[in-house]
Amino acid sequence: MKNQYRLPDMRNLGVILRILILVNLLLALAAFSSSTSTSDFFLQLMRISALAQPTLLLGLLMLYSAESALQKRSFVAHLMTSFTIVMVSSCAVHQLFAASGIFSDLPSLGRVLLSSASIFTICVYYFQLLHRAHSPAVMEARLQALQARIRPHFLFNSINAVLSLIRSQPKQAENALQDMADLFRVLMADNRELVPLAQEIGLSRQYLALEKLRLNERLNVHWQVDNMPPDALIPPLILQPLIENAVYHGVEPLAEGGTISIQIYTQANEIHLILKNPNHAQTQLHQGNKMALNNIKERLALHFDLEASLTSTQNQAEYIVHIRLPHQRNRRSV
Amino acid sequence: MMLKVLIADDETPARSRLKDLLTDIGNIEVCGEASNGIEVITLAEKLKPDVLLLDIRMPKMDGIEAARHLQTLAQPPAVIFTTAYDTHALAAFEMSAVDYLLKPIRLERLQVALHKAGKLLPTQLSEINKLSAKRTHLSISERGRISLVPVAEIIYLRAELKYVTVRTAQHEYLIEASLTQLEQEFGNTFIRLHRNCLVAVAYISGYEKRSIAGHQEKQWVALLKDVPDTVIISRRQQHLIRHTP
Repeated sequence: MKNQYRLPDMRNLGVILRILILVNLLLALAAFSSSTSTSDFFLQLMRISALAQPTLLLGLLMLYSAESALQKRSFVAHLMTSFTIVMVSSCAVHQLFAASGIFSDLPSLGRVLLSSASIFTICVYYFQLLHRAHSPAVMEARLQALQARIRPHFLFNSINAVLSLIRSQPKQAENALQDMADLFRVLMADNRELVPLAQEIGLSRQYLALEKLRLNERLNVHWQVDNMPPDALIPPLILQPLIENAVYHGVEPLAEGGTISIQIYTQANEIHLILKNPNHAQTQLHQGNKMALNNIKERLALHFDLEASLTSTQNQAEYIVHIRLPHQRNRRSV
Repeated sequence: MMLKVLIADDETPARSRLKDLLTDIGNIEVCGEASNGIEVITLAEKLKPDVLLLDIRMPKMDGIEAARHLQTLAQPPAVIFTTAYDTHALAAFEMSAVDYLLKPIRLERLQVALHKAGKLLPTQLSEINKLSAKRTHLSISERGRISLVPVAEIIYLRAELKYVTVRTAQHEYLIEASLTQLEQEFGNTFIRLHRNCLVAVAYISGYEKRSIAGHQEKQWVALLKDVPDTVIISRRQQHLIRHTP
């Protein structure tokens, strides 16, 4: 069971963004309450910002660098260290400004430290509330509910295909049943933990082998995965449901068949998954497609917040899904 | 007397599974195999099967629409639908007692279905028609043969007495239908430029004012791609000109 109290991961873009917005709102509020007119408000805001923004940025930078060391500590140690870092950065910026003498009306060090401490407390409290809203129990319930569901259409058609093989090609039927067992083991497993990318690709290949059984030469798959990190951690069942959609909506309705292309690569510490399938008239209107995409979107958000995204685009010839997620090598808690 | 059965499924393994089962039952001749809805119609017309085992989800034209077109044959085959999973269609089949089999198909169930298979009744047909909300083809039956006209190739539909003229780049066909029903079915593809005429939006190349025999004033007409014909735009529909390129 995870600890009830936890400080946020300071290396997460979403967390940093939230702090920047929250602190700036507080600064604007402070400027507003001490101003007498609109023009005075902007003057006040600029005055406060000149001192506060460098402090904020320095603090964030220091917390960001210290994060990997702090994450392993207890909540209290983590909290105390973070508080100290904020105080030190406030002090440092204040001293720097005092020494340079740019400000004629620099507030006293005591006032600055008290303001920083209050803002720090408000931020910690805000993240506690957020953490409780996303508490393990709530999160796990949501992830559980979001577990990908395979299409019954696929299950029954595959069983039918295997039945047709048993008399004439028993060996192939054996292989197909083994693939199905593996696939359903994953589908029915507890899928809340991140898994290595290579595992998801293996699963997708097994799934495609089964579809190939039914669709034969109508299904062509083009893999471009030479430049992918097999050990990167991704939420399970991110790729397989997308391929299932591509087969169902993109390839099956074509009498002459079609090609699905899957491209995975890393760039600037991010993993990109790009999946393309033939596009035609009624492809994307289906409810099932929307549901699978929303499901994956939500699971990406639960795991990576703003650091991951899923976009789908289409043109005359192709329907394209693009997933972007951080390249993560070690497990970290949700 | 051997029972003549036509199998229609886009998946090869599904067809071979059905053939295995039909061989097990015995006294059955599999007279042909189709892998899409259009093939079903060509083969059914040529081979005149007694029973058609018809998969619902197929490329080019689905089984539901194929069954609908087949009814214009003088001797349509008895139809047994097959599907792996289609809650929507199954509910309708249950309601109207249309024969269907769930894949994977059991030998006993297939036997029973073949035994009682009969022609689709008018009530069952109207229920099935609801399932193919928008056909991909119109069918014209001439001397026991079915000609399929892809909806995408139709330039305009013009009502004349109790018939509707279907105009494509190459041909003109007459079908028995109501323009109002066609408008409801293909509302997005065609617009009603005149009381008696539905024109495919994709085939309109421009508009012009012309003198027309039988009209005193010059009339707005729509110019069409691929054919020299023009369609008069009735006064009430002239606002449409402004909304279409």
